[in-house]
Amino acid sequence: MTIDPNSINVILATDCGSTTTKSVFIERQADGTFRQTQRGEAPTTVEEPFADVTIGVINAVTEIGEVAGRKLVDDEGRIIQPAGTDSDGNPVGCDIYISTSSAGGGLQMMVGGVVKQMTAESAKRAALGAGAIVMDTIAANDGRKPHEQIQRIRELRPDMILLSGGTDGGDVKKVTEIAERIAPARPQPRFGSKFVMPVIFAGNKEARESVDNAFDESIDLQCVENLRPTLEEENLGPARDAIHDMFLEHVMAQAPGYDKLMGWTSAPIMPTPGAVGNILTTIADRQGKNALAVDIGGATTDVFSVFDGVFNRTVSANLGMSYSISNVVAEAGLDNVLRWVHLEGMDESELRNRVKNKMIRPTTIPQSREALVFEQAVAREALRLAYVQHKEFATTLKGVQQQRTVGDTFSQKTSGSTIVDAMKLDLLVASGGVLSHAPRMSQTALMLVDAFEPEGFTTLAKDSIFMMPHLGVLASVHAEASEQVFSRDCLVVLGTCVAAAGDVKWSKPAFSWEMRGSQNAEGELLGGQLKLVELAAGETATVTVKPARGIDLGAGPGNQVAHEVTGGSVGLILDARGRPIALPESREEARDVVHGWYRELNIIDEGDA
Amino acid sequence: MGQAYTPGLKVTTDTLLRQRRVLPLRGEVMVQANTIVGAQDVVARAELPGDIMPINMANRLSVPPGDVRSLLQVEEGMQIKKGDLLAETKGIFGLMKSKVLSDHSGVVENISDTTGQLILRGPSTPVEVLAYLPGKVVEVLDGEGVVIENQVALIQGIFGIGGEAFGPICMATSSHGETLDPSHITENMRGAIIVGGARVSHAAVKRAIEVGAAGIVAGGVDDADLKAMLGYDLGVAITGSERIGVSVVITEGFGEIAMSERTFRILQSREGRQASVNGATQIRAGVMRPEIVIPLESNDIPDNDESQWEAGQLAIGRPLRVIRDPWFGRIGTVSSLPAEPAVLDSGSRTRVLEVDFGNGEKAIVPRANVELIEA
Repeated sequence: MTIDPNSINVILATDCGSTTTKSVFIERQADGTFRQTQRGEAPTTVEEPFADVTIGVINAVTEIGEVAGRKLVDDEGRIIQPAGTDSDGNPVGCDIYISTSSAGGGLQMMVGGVVKQMTAESAKRAALGAGAIVMDTIAANDGRKPHEQIQRIRELRPDMILLSGGTDGGDVKKVTEIAERIAPARPQPRFGSKFVMPVIFAGNKEARESVDNAFDESIDLQCVENLRPTLEEENLGPARDAIHDMFLEHVMAQAPGYDKLMGWTSAPIMPTPGAVGNILTTIADRQGKNALAVDIGGATTDVFSVFDGVFNRTVSANLGMSYSISNVVAEAGLDNVLRWVHLEGMDESELRNRVKNKMIRPTTIPQSREALVFEQAVAREALRLAYVQHKEFATTLKGVQQQRTVGDTFSQKTSGSTIVDAMKLDLLVASGGVLSHAPRMSQTALMLVDAFEPEGFTTLAKDSIFMMPHLGVLASVHAEASEQVFSRDCLVVLGTCVAAAGDVKWSKPAFSWEMRGSQNAEGELLGGQLKLVELAAGETATVTVKPARGIDLGAGPGNQVAHEVTGGSVGLILDARGRPIALPESREEARDVVHGWYRELNIIDEGDA
Repeated sequence: MGQAYTPGLKVTTDTLLRQRRVLPLRGEVMVQANTIVGAQDVVARAELPGDIMPINMANRLSVPPGDVRSLLQVEEGMQIKKGDLLAETKGIFGLMKSKVLSDHSGVVENISDTTGQLILRGPSTPVEVLAYLPGKVVEVLDGEGVVIENQVALIQGIFGIGGEAFGPICMATSSHGETLDPSHITENMRGAIIVGGARVSHAAVKRAIEVGAAGIVAGGVDDADLKAMLGYDLGVAITGSERIGVSVVITEGFGEIAMSERTFRILQSREGRQASVNGATQIRAGVMRPEIVIPLESNDIPDNDESQWEAGQLAIGRPLRVIRDPWFGRIGTVSSLPAEPAVLDSGSRTRVLEVDFGNGEKAIVPRANVELIEA
C-alpha cells in the first residue's frame, strides 16, 4: 500500500512487547511539524487466558483516546482509519496505524554458513539486523563434529533458519553439506507442530538446486540473493527483507491475534529491534552522524550502532538486569561490580544472595540507596560486557585480501578489525529500565560514560519511553515525521561528554578547557578528574580544549580542538580519567575516587556517605 | 483506592489442579479418558528418532561425490550393523580395493550425489511421560498426551533444581525456622521428600543424596551452597534438567530465611502422604515455578487460613511477604494503600503500601517489592 505522506496528519503506533503494549500518538501541529502528543500502555495479551494480541492493543489505544479526547476504536473493537469527525463534529480515528512486535520472545533464528568468520558471520549480521535473536551459528569450521551440530539443530526450536555459504560461482559442495546437516535434524518450529520450517538460502546462487535437493517437504525453502556474493562484498538487504517476509508469514501469522492485527496496520509489522535499527540508521544517515544506542532489559541487552553508514546490532542474550543479573555478576566478577560502589560495609555473601533474589523475583525495585548504587554498578558491568561483544562483532569483513601500500606499513589495521570507534561516536542513546528510570539524569549519564567510555565530543541522550521502535516503522512510511519526533520528543538530551583518551597520567595536567556561548567558563583538569559544567537543555556553546602532550580529544595527541556542544538536563561532562578508565588497585582508595566522581556529578548529595 | 493487584505464589490445602502431560513429539497415548492413574504410571510413549551420523563416503573412498552411489553396497532405508560393508571401489585389476565399513549401527537415511555423504540414523530411544499428578484422565490429546485432574494441596516454591520426583512427605525439622542440617537426615528417609524449615545447606543436600532421598523442600538456600551443589554459578533461573541426585524446592528465596509458617504447617499435617515434586523453574515469559502436589484425602481438614481474598487482590489486612531488602523475607499484612506515589530512599518515585509486621512495627514498601501469600 502506498501512502501519500502529505495526507498524513494523525499517526497511531504500538509496540507489542513481551509484557507491555505501548502506544504513542503523533499529530501534525499548526506549524506543519509532527509531535508526539499522547501515550498509553496496557498489558500484552498474547498468552492465555486472552490469547489475542489485539485486546492489549485496543486497551493501550483506548487509553490514548481517553486522554486525547478522540475516539480511536469503533464499536466493533477496530481502530478507526482514516481520521475524521463524528456526527457531533468530534475528532475520531487516525490516518495511519503502525506496529512493531517482540511478544512471545521475539523472532528466534538459527543461522548457518560455510566459514564461521565469513559467510556464517555475514548471515548472523543479517539476522541480527532484521531484529532476530540468533540461537546458534552452524559452520563447517565451528569446532563441532557433524553429529554434534545435527544434535544441536534438533534441540533448538527456531522460528526460521538462514543459510548462507559460498561466494557466487564458488564452492557448492560445502554449502550443500551444511544443508544436509539441517535436513535430517528435522528442526521443529517453535509455534505449532503442523507448520513447516522456513529456511532462507542466501548463499552461492549456483548451489540453489543442490540445497533444494537436500530438503524434503518438511522445509519451506526460499532462495534470495547471496549475502556474500564476493569476499569483499556483503549484501544483507535481500536476506533481511526475506526474514521480515517470513516473520510475517510464518511467525506472526501463528501468534494469537496477529492475523487480525496485520489487517489493521498501514505498514508491515516489524520485529521491535529491527525497527530500532531502522530509526537509528535513518537518523545517522539524515544527520550524517555516527550513533550508538543501547537497550538494557531484564534478560538481554541490545546494542545498535551506525558508523560511517554501516549498521550493526548485537544481542547479548544473558546480560540483563533481572532475569540475567546473576549471569552479569558471574561474567564480570563481583570485584568488577564493586569497583563502582562508593559505599563501605557491603557484605559480599549477602550481595550474592541479593543478586539471586533479584533473579528469581525479577520485578522488584531498589528501595534503599545502597540497593540502587549496587544495581547501577551491575548495570555498568552489563553494559560494558555488551559493548565488548558489540565491538568484537561490528568489524570490517573478515577474510578479505588487503592491498597494503608503503603508507600502511605502520598501520595495525587488518581485515576483521572493529568499526566501532569511540572517538568518532557523535550520539550515544540510552534506553531500558535501569537507564530510563534512574532517579537522577546524571546517574544515567555517568552509567553511559563509565560503560561505553566515549572519547572526544559525544552527545548523551535517553529514550525515556522507548519510542524508537514506533519511529522505526514510521520512518518506512514518513521519514520526515519520524525524524522530527525523534529529535523533539523521543530523545531527552542529557548533555555532552568531552573525554580525554591517550596517555593520561593520574593527578598530572590533562587538558585545559574554555566554554563560550550560552554559558561562559574555563578551567583545567588533572588526570583522574571528572567535572560537571552547567549547560542547560536548549543551550549551546563552543568548547575549546587544549590537551597535554600525548592526550587526544579528537584532533590527535596534544592538539587543540574546538567543538559546538549542546546542553541538556545534566550539562557538560568533562572527563579526564583516561581510557580505559583505571581505578586505584586498593579498594579503599578506589572507593574514595569513585565517591569524588559521584559527588561532582550529583549522583549523590554533598552530605551523603 | 482500596485495592490493587500483585502476583503471589500459590499455597493452598484444596485446589482443583489440571495438568497437561504431553510428549516432546508425536507418539502413542497409553491410557483412556476417565481412567484413574497413579503418579508414576506411564500415560504416553514415543520413539525419539536416533542420532544422525554423517559419513563422508567420497573422502573415505577417494572418489568424486558423483561416483559414490555406484560403489555403494547399501541403499536408502537399509538396516546396517556396525562393521557392515557400506561401499567398495573396483580397485586396479580387482586389486587394491578401498572398503568402507560402518562405524555404527542404524538405517541408511540419505545418500547425497552432491557431497558424497551417507547419512546413517542410529536406533531410536523410547521416551515416556509419567502421569505425575495422580488423578483422573479428563482428556486424551490424540498422539500427544493427556490432561489429568485432581483435588490437591498445592505449594508453589520460588526456585528449584532437578526434575520430577515422588515420595512420602517426611518432616526433618521441628519448626519452620530451623535450618536443615545433615544431622536431621536419617537412613529411613530413603525415597522420601524431606521437609526442612529454614535454609538448607550443601552438606544437608549431600547427606540427602547419600541416604537416597527423592526430594528436599526448604525455606532458603545460600548462593554459595547452590554453587557447590551444581558445580557452577547459575546465571539464569531456568532449571529442571540438573542431575544432582535429588530434586530441591526452595519456598522463600536465597539466604538465611525461614519457611512460611503456614507452608510448613500444611506439609507437617500431611506427613507420610505421597507427594509429587518438581524442581523445574523457568523465570522468563511463561513463568514456571517449582511445586509440591499432594492429592486430597477425604479426611483432610482445610487450613483455617484459607483466603477470603480474590486472587491477586491487594487490600487492607491481606497477608504478604516482602521480597526485597531491607525487609526481605518479612511477613506482615497490608495496613495502608496510599494512592499517591512516594519517594523512596533510593530517590525513585513509585507506588507504595504500608505493611504491618505485628508488634506495632510498620514499614513503607514499594508495591513491586511485595508478594501476596495466595491461598
